[in-house]
Amino acid sequence: MKFVIYGSGCSKCNLLTANAKSAAEALGLDYEVEKVTDVNGIISAGIMHTPALEVDGKILIEGKVSSVETIKGMLG
Amino acid sequence: MNRLVTLYKENPHQGNLLLALIGSFLVIYFLPVDSPRLGNAWLESIKLTNWYAREHVILCLLPAFVIAGAMAVYISQGSVMRYLGPQAPKPVALGVASVSGALLAVCSCTVLPLFGGIYKRGAGLGAAIAFLYSGPAINVMAVVVTAKVLGAELGIARALGAIVFALVIGAIMHLIFRREEAERSATSDRGFTADEQEKSLSATVALFSLMVGILVFANWAPANSATWMVIYEWKWLITSGLGLLLVVLLVGYWQWSIPRLVALVAVVVLSAILVPGVPQLPFALGVLGLMLLALMSTRDQEWATQSWDFAKQIMPLLLAGVFIAGLLLGRPGHQGLIPDEWVNAAVGDNSFVSTLVASVLGAFMYFSTLTEVPIVEGLLGAGMGKGPALALLLAGPALSLPNMLVIRTIIGGKKTAIYCVLVVVMATFTGFIYGNFF
Repeated sequence: MKFVIYGSGCSKCNLLTANAKSAAEALGLDYEVEKVTDVNGIISAGIMHTPALEVDGKILIEGKVSSVETIKGMLG
Repeated sequence: MNRLVTLYKENPHQGNLLLALIGSFLVIYFLPVDSPRLGNAWLESIKLTNWYAREHVILCLLPAFVIAGAMAVYISQGSVMRYLGPQAPKPVALGVASVSGALLAVCSCTVLPLFGGIYKRGAGLGAAIAFLYSGPAINVMAVVVTAKVLGAELGIARALGAIVFALVIGAIMHLIFRREEAERSATSDRGFTADEQEKSLSATVALFSLMVGILVFANWAPANSATWMVIYEWKWLITSGLGLLLVVLLVGYWQWSIPRLVALVAVVVLSAILVPGVPQLPFALGVLGLMLLALMSTRDQEWATQSWDFAKQIMPLLLAGVFIAGLLLGRPGHQGLIPDEWVNAAVGDNSFVSTLVASVLGAFMYFSTLTEVPIVEGLLGAGMGKGPALALLLAGPALSLPNMLVIRTIIGGKKTAIYCVLVVVMATFTGFIYGNFF
């Protein structure tokens, strides 16, 4: 699975990254994480509310930090 | 010598640590501790912070956080974003953008993608600039606290000024760059479509009206008119009445558990009876209890978490801002480190120069959310004219050096420069008119 986390680096983005990783690990999935912190990169992806999580090309979460459970539900 | 330089370059962290240590030591060593001005300044900063804690935190800040949290959760972003999309007619987009800053800007790191999104994929430069300016300027918490601390007149002037600015600056930017704007092609309109409405409009309006009402009446200050004073006598009764209506609304529309709300009301009433004369206590218990109950309800949990996020984000910086304002400028009527004469000389009257100085200072200085209030309060107390005060309020929160640098990466140096110049010019102009004609 390819995780792309969009965010300018504030604590919310870091928390979302951590939660996404925990969720993937809990489900035993292989994953790689890419972080986009450049504002123009975020805008071109069509995202307007950070932090945002994109999994394999689909934007699943935008504008908030979801819990590990919620992310597990989305992935599994 | 070269050996030293190489050593530094190889261990920059250790080198900087040493320099910082030496620097702090020198400052502390040479501190004029016996000078009365310095001793007084420390006292002033503590007294100002204490005063803020007593006067403003419970009755004004707490409800402001709760209202801002509710806005972030219950006002559907989709219904606003629809008007800022690529297909929206430009005048509509401009108008909506000018007021929507208050509704859409949740976290400061969110403003930039939204701004960039509106600029590159949505209604364009005019609306994006109007949004960029209005966000920090008509932030609901900032207006509320400005009105409370600096007086209703300045609060209203700030809010109205900000909306007008957003409209005018957005329109001017659009006109200047209209040829470029006409060439843009529509890409995806992701993020500009409406979501389904969750709550009925009337319920949402009722919720916000009641909360704003409670905020306004709890903070009703004595003044010169007779009707004003009558309301002042009754303010707590009115506030309590509105509070009860809020409870009814929460039960009726939001389906909150009745026994828990009854328990909360009982606690609030009990505290008012046991400790009479300190309205902050039942008020604080009411607000905190409200948030705890929201936290316990799965559907409205996010209201509490958003309000809490705001509190965490803003309180530490506001505290630091108040402390520094107290240290530098002292409480109104007292002096801090900066002598009143300097302030008077620079911005003491409502002349054009003073207002210009205030605008330019405001544009470059960085103010985190709400910190402009204690600083302007200190300056007013030290003799700044109200025209320059308004100019500072209008130019300060919206612009700062770090902020300008980031905007530059999105819209380019030329547009950023024109934006900054427009803000300073309009802030000076508006401040001048306010100071001399009101």
